[in-house]
Amino acid sequence: MHTVQNRTATIRKGAILGFSCVRNEVIRLPYFMQHHRDLGVDHFLFVDNGSDDGTADYLADQPDVSLWRTDHSYRLSRFGMDWLGWLQMKYGHGHWCLTVDADELLIYPQHDTRKLPTLTAWLDDQGRQSFGALMIELYPRGPVGQTTYQPGKDPVAALPFFDPDNYRNIWHPIFRNLWIQGGVRDRVFFGPDPARAPTLNKTPLIKWDRRYAYVSSTHQVLPRHLHDVFGTPQYDRMSGALLHTKFLDIVVEKSKEEQIRQQHFENSVVYAEYHKALTKNPDLWYAGSSQYEGWRQLVDLGLMSKGTWG
Amino acid sequence: MSLGVIVLAHTALQRAEQAIRQWADAGCPVVVHVDRKVDQHEYAAFVDALSDLDRVKFIRRHRCDWGGWELVAATQKAATKLLDNHPELRHIYLASGACLLLRPVAELCTYLNARPETDFIESSTTEDVPWTVGGLDEERFTLRFPFSWRRHRRIFDLYVKLQQLIGFKRRIPTGLVPHMGSQWWCLTRRTLNAILTDPKRPTYDRYFRKVWIPDESYFQTMARLHSTKIESRSLTLSKFDFQGKPHVFYNDHKALLRRSACFVARKIWPRADELYDTFPLPYDKPEDHVTPNPSSVDRVFANAVDRRTLGRPGLYMQSRFPTIDRENAVTAGPYSVLQGFAEVFDDFEGWLTKATGGGDVHGHLFAPDRAHFTDGSPVYVGGMSDHPTLRDYNAKMFLTNLIWNNRAKHQAFQFGPMDTQTINWMVAKDTNARISVVSGAWIISLFLAREEFSDVRKEAARLQQIEHKQLKILRSPFTKARVRVMTLAEFVRSPMETLQIIVDEVSEQPHPRLAEAPSMVKLDGLGAFLQDLRNQGMHPFLTGEFAEDTDTGTSLQTQQKPYLVR
Repeated sequence: MHTVQNRTATIRKGAILGFSCVRNEVIRLPYFMQHHRDLGVDHFLFVDNGSDDGTADYLADQPDVSLWRTDHSYRLSRFGMDWLGWLQMKYGHGHWCLTVDADELLIYPQHDTRKLPTLTAWLDDQGRQSFGALMIELYPRGPVGQTTYQPGKDPVAALPFFDPDNYRNIWHPIFRNLWIQGGVRDRVFFGPDPARAPTLNKTPLIKWDRRYAYVSSTHQVLPRHLHDVFGTPQYDRMSGALLHTKFLDIVVEKSKEEQIRQQHFENSVVYAEYHKALTKNPDLWYAGSSQYEGWRQLVDLGLMSKGTWG
Repeated sequence: MSLGVIVLAHTALQRAEQAIRQWADAGCPVVVHVDRKVDQHEYAAFVDALSDLDRVKFIRRHRCDWGGWELVAATQKAATKLLDNHPELRHIYLASGACLLLRPVAELCTYLNARPETDFIESSTTEDVPWTVGGLDEERFTLRFPFSWRRHRRIFDLYVKLQQLIGFKRRIPTGLVPHMGSQWWCLTRRTLNAILTDPKRPTYDRYFRKVWIPDESYFQTMARLHSTKIESRSLTLSKFDFQGKPHVFYNDHKALLRRSACFVARKIWPRADELYDTFPLPYDKPEDHVTPNPSSVDRVFANAVDRRTLGRPGLYMQSRFPTIDRENAVTAGPYSVLQGFAEVFDDFEGWLTKATGGGDVHGHLFAPDRAHFTDGSPVYVGGMSDHPTLRDYNAKMFLTNLIWNNRAKHQAFQFGPMDTQTINWMVAKDTNARISVVSGAWIISLFLAREEFSDVRKEAARLQQIEHKQLKILRSPFTKARVRVMTLAEFVRSPMETLQIIVDEVSEQPHPRLAEAPSMVKLDGLGAFLQDLRNQGMHPFLTGEFAEDTDTGTSLQTQQKPYLVR
């Protein structure tokens, strides 16, 4: 991994940092940057994994971005976590760090009026070092390849639908976190093999310490107490959501590429079937799909919670 | 000016400065105490920034630990200083650097001047309020607390336990009745002076030094000794979460704060620029001298506390995951599990839907081929797939999701020994479940199918074993569901009573007496069929006793008529 652009000297004490590993995301990045900038991320640290669509140039031009590049295998680096882990250890210590993919947008109760510094100050005050979020997979109505999306526009407008409640949780005895599966991919693609369906629970926001490490994407993190993001036995805790914008029209092309690369996920054989299904340009919508209206709707549906944040 | 102000500042000194300016600009003398934990540099800059205001004085800094005495000591000193230097004061207001004036000081003065004898201090005895941060209420006053709750929680707890164990109790000075309440008060000169000059003050102070969280009890207790007119509420709007931590107000609380008509609010998020820019704001109808009305704020925050302490039963989510095996009601609302009825009657589901006119009546949700939702669709409300593998992968959550997603409507579904059995314990322990079982009814489909007898025999034995196991669960002492079990023979003899109960349950209200019965499948020859099974060595004990001759079925047919006219 080599440095393309290092502006980390501009990181101030208490700054909120964004970490992300990307490959060919030039279409999603403008809105991704805008969303998280507005939310209060002060500086972004990107690892570019061999993009050839102008992603690197775009990122290097951004004043609040530091950029590294590598052409090594994404899978062998534990899906980018080795690269990001090194950056987090070096630059993240003592900062609140948001680790997200380019197709994820973080939201939480009151995010429109209370920016990240407000949230992190409250978490600090509550003695919490981590914040959990559920991935909400968004999709269009009609075949996924037929959406039209202009870079810089809100992708939620192109992908307004999601599955309101077909999520199942189980307690992970080893990592002591909640393993959540469900959503549209589970419903449409993984019926015959639910164990392989995508994991939706994430812990994307952490007050970083150099001894911490993400294990598998941001689903699991060590030490395990950082998973303590949900209440039990009967309490709601404040939690957020990651709006997942995977199903833009480009997903069809990307899936063809993934079929060739076979890099992306833990079990390439299973995912080969899934990517094959995606290249057929399916329609994920059904009559009971919910249209995204904002954080209040997700709170009402029970997909995230205000907890005690008044 | 008749109002003096004490300001206790800890952090966000820029905002504290802003607050102090507002009081001083309105003409109030202000005495400021800054926590010694603030570094000298920052403190000097703060004092310097306020040096243009003559009305603002500072007192020597104390080191204030949460729950400790020093905060009270600092307040005493500040109060003494105010009273001594300003004989004109009639009320003293205790505020903090994180307070925000919501209404102009002039409106507050008008309000206080109209109530010259009233002390505004929230003050209740420990029996009256359920504030038990750290599980302590009355014991705050009778134990010793030499260790910090925030920094050395474990030793704190251990020491409390030890004292409870050996039965240690401090003596409360005679004459004192411990009271607690919000630390933010507004007292009259007379009361405050009486507290500060009480001849027994050294005794009281010595006692309170070792009480836990004395800033919530010292003035609250002492005021009860000296005041002639206490109004037990704080003029400062502040809300606390279940841990006793103050809720923070943000920009989006603007309208809420405005409606409250309170004079002062805390604690304010230091970066809530919009709040600081907006307030203080004259109340809409100043001539009314509106009394603060924090009930709307109470409601909003009470919701947050309820969510925290009560949760939303039946909801499973990333930040709320109760242990299914420990809770009483694991689902969001009542639902009915119906076993055997769909086998006894033709189109039982259609009949029940019509008879109840309300709830969702599903087929066999847990059938081996797929989940038979009421509308027969492959995807049901909430995005739930009918795929059997997906369903069985976590059958318990399939059910809790179904109930949660359709919590406005009563859900009923058919069940039986041919279905996925992994939900049995969960359903049995769920107080929301209404389970009606016609045991042995599975025999009917075997009887009607007329297949190879040796296969039938094997299948009957298998189903009977499964149902027997399930019934054992339903009869266990851990079962909390409402359970009704009858044998097939019992049921077909008088089905109407049971059907009436089910209809009432599903429509969630008593129903007029049923006029129309569902039509029963023809059971002619069932008795002989059962006898055949017995002769082959398979004993169908769950069906109950049918007459052994082939007439049984016929007599059943004739029995169908009477309950039409009942």
